[in-house]
Amino acid sequence: MTTSTLQKEEAAPVEEPVLRKPSTRKRLVPYWLLLPGIIWLLVFFALPLVYQASTSVQTGSLEAGFQVTWHFQTYWDAFQEYWPQFVRSLLYAGTATLLCLLLGYPLAYLIAFKAGRWRNLLLVLVIAPFFTSFLIRTLAWKTILADDSLVVDALNALHVLDVTSWIGWTEGDRVLATPMAVVCGLTYNFLPFMILPLYTSLERIDGRLHEAAQDLYASPATTFRKVTFPLSMPGVVSGTLLTFIPASGDYVNAELLGSTDTKMVGNVIQSQFLRVLDYPTAAALSFILMAIVLIMVTVYIRRAGTEDLV
Amino acid sequence: MTDKTAHTGKTTGGGDVRLTGISKSYGSFTAVHPLDLTVPQGSFFALLGASGCGKTTTLRMIAGLEDPSTGTVFLGDKDVTDLPPYKRPVNTVFQSYALFPHMDITENIAFGLRRRGIKSVKKQVDDMLELVQLGDKARHKPHQLSGGQQQRVAVARALINHPQVLLLDEPLGALDLKLRRQMQLELKRIQTEVGITFVHVTHDQEEAMTMADQVAVMNGGRVEQLGAPADLYENPQTTFVANFLGTSNLIEAEVLETGPTSADVLVTAGGGKLRVPGDRCTSAVRQGGKVLVGVRPEKISLAHADDAGSIADGRNRVTGRIADSSFIGVSTQYVVNSPAGAELQVYEQNIERDARLRPGAEVVLHWNPAHTFGLDAAQDIDAGVETVEDAG
Amino acid sequence: MRWIRRNLVVIAGLLTLAYMILPNLVVMAFSFNKPKGRFNYSWQEFSLDAWKDPCGVADMCESLSLSLQLAAWATVGAVVLGTMIAFALVRYRFRARGAINSLIFLPMAMPEVVMAASLLTLFLNMGIELGFWTVLIAHIMFCLSFVVTAVKARVMSMDPRLEEAARDLYAGPTQTFLRVTLPIAAPGIAAGALLAFALSFDDFIITNFNAGSTVTFPMFVWGSAQRGTPVQINVIGTAMFVLAVLVVVAGQIITNRRKKTATA
Repeated sequence: MTTSTLQKEEAAPVEEPVLRKPSTRKRLVPYWLLLPGIIWLLVFFALPLVYQASTSVQTGSLEAGFQVTWHFQTYWDAFQEYWPQFVRSLLYAGTATLLCLLLGYPLAYLIAFKAGRWRNLLLVLVIAPFFTSFLIRTLAWKTILADDSLVVDALNALHVLDVTSWIGWTEGDRVLATPMAVVCGLTYNFLPFMILPLYTSLERIDGRLHEAAQDLYASPATTFRKVTFPLSMPGVVSGTLLTFIPASGDYVNAELLGSTDTKMVGNVIQSQFLRVLDYPTAAALSFILMAIVLIMVTVYIRRAGTEDLV
Repeated sequence: MTDKTAHTGKTTGGGDVRLTGISKSYGSFTAVHPLDLTVPQGSFFALLGASGCGKTTTLRMIAGLEDPSTGTVFLGDKDVTDLPPYKRPVNTVFQSYALFPHMDITENIAFGLRRRGIKSVKKQVDDMLELVQLGDKARHKPHQLSGGQQQRVAVARALINHPQVLLLDEPLGALDLKLRRQMQLELKRIQTEVGITFVHVTHDQEEAMTMADQVAVMNGGRVEQLGAPADLYENPQTTFVANFLGTSNLIEAEVLETGPTSADVLVTAGGGKLRVPGDRCTSAVRQGGKVLVGVRPEKISLAHADDAGSIADGRNRVTGRIADSSFIGVSTQYVVNSPAGAELQVYEQNIERDARLRPGAEVVLHWNPAHTFGLDAAQDIDAGVETVEDAG
Repeated sequence: MRWIRRNLVVIAGLLTLAYMILPNLVVMAFSFNKPKGRFNYSWQEFSLDAWKDPCGVADMCESLSLSLQLAAWATVGAVVLGTMIAFALVRYRFRARGAINSLIFLPMAMPEVVMAASLLTLFLNMGIELGFWTVLIAHIMFCLSFVVTAVKARVMSMDPRLEEAARDLYAGPTQTFLRVTLPIAAPGIAAGALLAFALSFDDFIITNFNAGSTVTFPMFVWGSAQRGTPVQINVIGTAMFVLAVLVVVAGQIITNRRKKTATA
């Protein structure tokens, strides 16, 4: 019986082969998987940005309520009033990022290539500070950098503070409540975010490449410059981004370790939003910050030539 | 096409694998052109071809891992085209094995049985471990096994389900040469023992010829030729098959006369005359037309030009000069340049070595005309020749 | 001198490590302090008072428990949503892939304060009361991207043939997912979960904006930095640090043992 049905099927001229389409249910699978998470991001990440955009062009008062009046003047006013804080934010965050790279690279290199059986222990030590709340750890810097503390005395004795106060990073023999304290705190807080990507990209480098480079007449310094460093670029790029972006919006370090003269733009946004309740100004400020950061990040990524991030 | 399917329809046995008009395209790229193929029950069938020829796609359509764009897959009389892989009585030995890294060997092998709700698997797993000689590795994890052992686990994991058909996707690709030869015999032994249909995908022509009863040579998403290994080797129908299976000397020639009985065709190439059996020509030959004359290197004898007189009459002759020779133990391989064609290959058994046969020597190549075959001259003469780029 | 030059990298690396560990040591030491005033910033005398009565400060342990609950739920939410997205991104082809990738990348490329402020704008405009739920929503949002990144990396390195093999061996879609996909993706999911937990537990900026009167542990610490820092903060910090290091070290020892017995 089956044979006869078969033959019937085959007897039909199969001139145009029937194309089988994958079933609709199968095609929809990725969309169902994406849906909940993407909705979450749209509603709680993208939509808030829209609301903030609208808030930034509103005028009014807390009592009378705010209306959208397309008052773009707010942006200009906010920028004019708070540009020192913007400059400071970028300067502090940039310095901290650079310091993180300078301090973090040797450690990442050490763990990746020289640590041997100590590798795991060192990695644990890099991650371990995370387990104590970063606010508590930042407060500890208040003790470390307090006037007449061991560290400050040592820096004083070595005349380091003479130099730093000459360029305006410290004041007299004080470190706390100066730009240096804030940068020191930022550097400290974001160091692991620099070290871990650096380590990941360094660890992937085949040790034989070093041998090959040295076999081909490269000195250790040249080997580093021409082989190791270029290959670790993905780590450098994501490390600097993971450091710079959060540092530029941070207000915790400036608040806890700095003074009124070291306020960053994060501090302004926070106080405008939570204390002054001037929502349009706060919204405009955070949009300006977002724009600056996104532009810098885009240019940086283009320059560094890596498309795969983090 | 309808003709062919009707034909295969008649010869259908109880458990043949039948593909009718099956094809696969990804967007505008066609991986497999509409294809009809019957794999007889209990046979060892090889799909042979270079990478990207569509052989793996064909295999995956049988397994159900790929939905065909057109056509039907039959297992015996049952249309399984729309069945998902887990409902088909077909199992696969994957390329690089795909053993579950988080399970030990026993769990890997028992996986299929457990999924079908069989509770007591111990006896069967033990038997399987016995069959593939891995009894002492039962509790090891896959990564603790060597390549050859992993390969055997992959076979056991598939075979324990007693599939109607076992599909093998380049199962020996990751092994080194010696182990590969060993595993070829091993797989052949297992196949004879269990009597299940094996469909084996490979790019290694030697592997296909050693193991399979039937070989389908694929190229560019189409089956070029189908047949028993010896038949494919002796009677290639296309230049691709002639070059891909072993080595062939292909000489462009012009037909002089087709002979009264058309049993013999006389052709001319590079000034010399050669005879080709008419029934070994794939295309119709006519006087003045072109034909590709082929002969396998091991069929050719080599004589120094000084001894040309002692060659028996009636043999095909080509004169030339030795360009290169390499000694490889059982034989010596010569490369000869001649007016008929450049770089002709000749394999001479090392029985009595003629010291005069050195590069630069003038020689005569001669062979029995019955060993000559004729191919359609409209094809690319170098199709299927392995180049350095291919190998890399 | 030569020795120093040859080991320059090691010395520099260890100095960095010291810089990173120093605050933890200070936190630890000052958990045994007996400060004179309200602030625990300068050393007075050794005392075990705080260790004997860790919850002796009003509201601190409540905030700690709230933070732990919050982190747990945020982890669950972010891991479920993030894993689904990661699988869709790696395993399927679909429209708008680029847009979705950017939507996932952007939260990581945005200063936290911007996200915090805009989310607060949303809640204010919607008239949603700030509290536990708004914080949870926020935490899931910013943890999501990190989970996606972690899981994606793992799933990408997974051989798709393993799942094909499972389907070939009579495992239906559910069975394939539970028995093969999930166990193999587990390390990536675990890494994502750990990251999400840590980020949520330690988050301050977004919480600060969206918590209303709810007080998480970081917010308690923040508040105490203004009002006076109880020694108990250092006790909690130290205890968590030691506990975490112990867990990691124990885990390391267990995996080492397992490796040894496996090869033996």
